[in-house]
Amino acid sequence: MLPYLLISSLLFSSGLAAALLRRNAVMVLIGIELMLNAANLNFIVFWKYGPGPATLSPILFVLFSIAIAAAEAGVGLALILAIHRHRQTTNVDEMDSLRG
Amino acid sequence: MNFDLAILSLIIAAGSIGAILFRDLVHSVLSLAVTFFGLAGVYLRLGAEFIAFSQVIVYVGAVAILALFVVILTRKGERAAESRFSADRLLPLAVCSMLFVGLAAAAWSSSIKSRPELASATASMRQLGRELMSSYVVPLEVLGLLLTACMIGATILALNDDRESNPDEDKPHSSH
Amino acid sequence: MIELADQLFVVLKREILALLPVAIQPLASVFLSIGPIITVFATLFAVTTILERKGLGRLQNRFGPNRVGPFGVLQPLADGIKALIKEDVVPLRTDRVLHFIAPVIIMAAALLAYSVLPFGRNMIALDLDTGVLFFFAVGASTELAIFMAGWSCRNKYAMLGAMRAIAQMISYEIPLILSTVGVLMTAGTLSTVGIVEAQGGFTGLFPNWHVFTPWGFAGFVLFLIAATAEANRSPFDLPEGESELVAGYFTEYSGFKFAMFFFGEYLGLFAAHALAITLFLGGWHAPVAFLDWVPSYLWFFVKLLGLIVLSIWVRGTMPRLRSDQLMVFAWKFMLPMALVNLLAAGLWRFTGAGPLGWLICGSLVAIAYVWLGSHMALGKPMPKRQYRFAE
Repeated sequence: MLPYLLISSLLFSSGLAAALLRRNAVMVLIGIELMLNAANLNFIVFWKYGPGPATLSPILFVLFSIAIAAAEAGVGLALILAIHRHRQTTNVDEMDSLRG
Repeated sequence: MNFDLAILSLIIAAGSIGAILFRDLVHSVLSLAVTFFGLAGVYLRLGAEFIAFSQVIVYVGAVAILALFVVILTRKGERAAESRFSADRLLPLAVCSMLFVGLAAAAWSSSIKSRPELASATASMRQLGRELMSSYVVPLEVLGLLLTACMIGATILALNDDRESNPDEDKPHSSH
Repeated sequence: MIELADQLFVVLKREILALLPVAIQPLASVFLSIGPIITVFATLFAVTTILERKGLGRLQNRFGPNRVGPFGVLQPLADGIKALIKEDVVPLRTDRVLHFIAPVIIMAAALLAYSVLPFGRNMIALDLDTGVLFFFAVGASTELAIFMAGWSCRNKYAMLGAMRAIAQMISYEIPLILSTVGVLMTAGTLSTVGIVEAQGGFTGLFPNWHVFTPWGFAGFVLFLIAATAEANRSPFDLPEGESELVAGYFTEYSGFKFAMFFFGEYLGLFAAHALAITLFLGGWHAPVAFLDWVPSYLWFFVKLLGLIVLSIWVRGTMPRLRSDQLMVFAWKFMLPMALVNLLAAGLWRFTGAGPLGWLICGSLVAIAYVWLGSHMALGKPMPKRQYRFAE
């Protein structure tokens, strides 16, 4: 089980790094997708190797997670398009008009 | 660790590190797609066939393509001078590295890391379909509603509404 | 004797495997499965190019190529030699890696799709529990490769062609998948072998194929139209039309890479037709009971050739659809039609296969077709033609 857990922790940390470090808004969404994938991998690994009886709930959970991630990516990318149309920028550091 | 798992983890690691580090956004989205393929291979290795193929259809076929479209539509020409990283990069980098080290150390030092595979962890399509339609039918319907709402919302957000600039056009343009 | 002819390739593979040492038997089994598939379909590709060019020529009231061999049958050989020896021109500012791997990925995806198709009784390379889903997953990978091909050239027209091609492919992917769900519901399995076996047997004169049911017939037509659009083939070939966008997303490719794209596109078309045969036309089953002795793979290839001839015929006959017409057709006609088809397939299970079933499900499909089709007449009637100088 150890290699799989190391892969998922690497994926989660790179997702977090992409979301925090890069300036482009699309890269933030890419980071979020990487983090969701890391969580999905964890679910499947613990389904296969886990303590409990092997029900099908982890697989269905991952299915719903994939679908919701796709929906959220769709809406997020549409938002980025709309912001780009109004502000001509995709730099998250420049989207600070709500800053106090 | 077997040979195929080593190759798959190499693909996933290279893809995810490439997704952070590439300067050109198109290259980073394409290496994200490579990561998704590698993950699908890992799911196949773990015996979750349905999830593996759904991952390819949804993530590679829809999410990565959508991200590529948005990257192309929001380009600002050749701007090689700007840095790709945010201004304050030391603290986030430190946090992410500590997170990775912490998670890896937790996995390494745990007592569950060398458990064998569960022999009863098999998922046939028939069982999945039955579960989905009996125990999980409410999440399924809610997911349908959620996807419809997201589709309508995304279409409206991305709609090119030129009514303010062209007052004599009474038909809205269709979206991209 | 009949069984031996039918299982000829299975028996051959078993005998050859028995002769090899045990250590390399798994690897050799893989190669013995995929070698004949690649050989047969490459030959079919060569045959189709000449068939298509001569067929299109005859449809357009001209001869096709007739110089190279007797009646031009050696034309694919000439085409192959030309593609191999042509200079591989790569523009200066292209992205080398993407430019190189795009045709490779298209070929790999197109060839992977053949592994879940049953060509005959017990003749399938990979009997997966989720075979049909694997096929669609592989089709989704093709879109990524088309994007890479269009993007790597840094050419506006190539990029525009690639974006149009991807928009077309993702729009038609939904009716493609939805039209097969009726079949999956009835057969009760996602495995291609299971679906073919569910279509065995005869009721009276007609075989139990899915195409001989109202929802199956509508699904078959929807699947063929969507598969033609997925393969970017006329009348949906705006992304690669010569008079529109130079050559679309493979403008900057020459020589062997262009041949690879061409090959990959045709292989994808053959794979989609083979899946249509598996899902709707009964796979390797014979259409009439007294022709059961013909080997199963021969029936499969006869049906495949029939569908290929149909697609060549459609290419020569119908004009090309414009980009917005294509999108409107996918989203406003095919998607609702596929959903109604799904409903009809569900109702068929309750009404059974008799006259009541045909009445209810058939009228549902027919009413939806007529109503949705009337909205496709696209508004304004064509104005009477005005001649400027010939009055």
